[in-house]
Amino acid sequence: MVKLRYEIEGGNFDLAGGASSQVKKVLKQLNIDPVLIKKIVVAMYEGEVNIVAHAYKGQIEVQIFPDRVEMKLTDEGPGIPDVEAAMKEGFSTASQRVREMGFGAGMGLPNMKKNTDELRIETEVGKGTTLIMTKYLAYE
Amino acid sequence: MKVSDLIEKLGLTVFAGSGSVSNEISGGYVSDLLSDVMGKAREGEVWITLQNHLNVIAVASLKDLSAIVLVNGITPSPDVVEKANQEGIPVLGTTEPAFSITGKIYRLIK
Repeated sequence: MVKLRYEIEGGNFDLAGGASSQVKKVLKQLNIDPVLIKKIVVAMYEGEVNIVAHAYKGQIEVQIFPDRVEMKLTDEGPGIPDVEAAMKEGFSTASQRVREMGFGAGMGLPNMKKNTDELRIETEVGKGTTLIMTKYLAYE
Repeated sequence: MKVSDLIEKLGLTVFAGSGSVSNEISGGYVSDLLSDVMGKAREGEVWITLQNHLNVIAVASLKDLSAIVLVNGITPSPDVVEKANQEGIPVLGTTEPAFSITGKIYRLIK
């Protein structure tokens, strides 16, 4: 099992995507199916950007098992008051600045759900959010 | 068709990633929403956009896109150029708006 861990700084868009890029390299080295790598990377990037856009700080932990990849994204941030709404395509609470950069289209969580097999959200308003995403490697 | 053919045929400016212009083009995608590109663009596509910041390079690299075409005469900032060179992503430019350059690219690659 391979375990990777990254610290994510809230608000720093210059570094957004750095952790996802590292994970992509490791998955490639492990000879994981490129089709699955693409999906994992899309899901992880969206999660990474969400931490940067919404939270004060966060961590991403990636565990690569022979049969699956598990991504745990934990942040200290505002939490998600209405998870059901947040899962709908087009719903966003992103700031104007973030939207001008082309983020905040309300596609983050839907993209994460679409590209993984399991998505679990634990969130507390005023404290933060933990997302656990699993992608199985054995079958599509 | 290679990125270098596109540059030559359409007279595009090469801002960065000149070492990767032999990338093969599989198609194109037009969008200024990064999550849309993350979700829908496919490997090898040329991305036509007016977005010009570091995350554009991150998205292009993560999605293995063949090149980025900046429209409306947009010039990338030095940090974008540096990152694109590091990641080997050709960043190209045109003074044309997205509609007309997309039409020309479409005609060339379809």
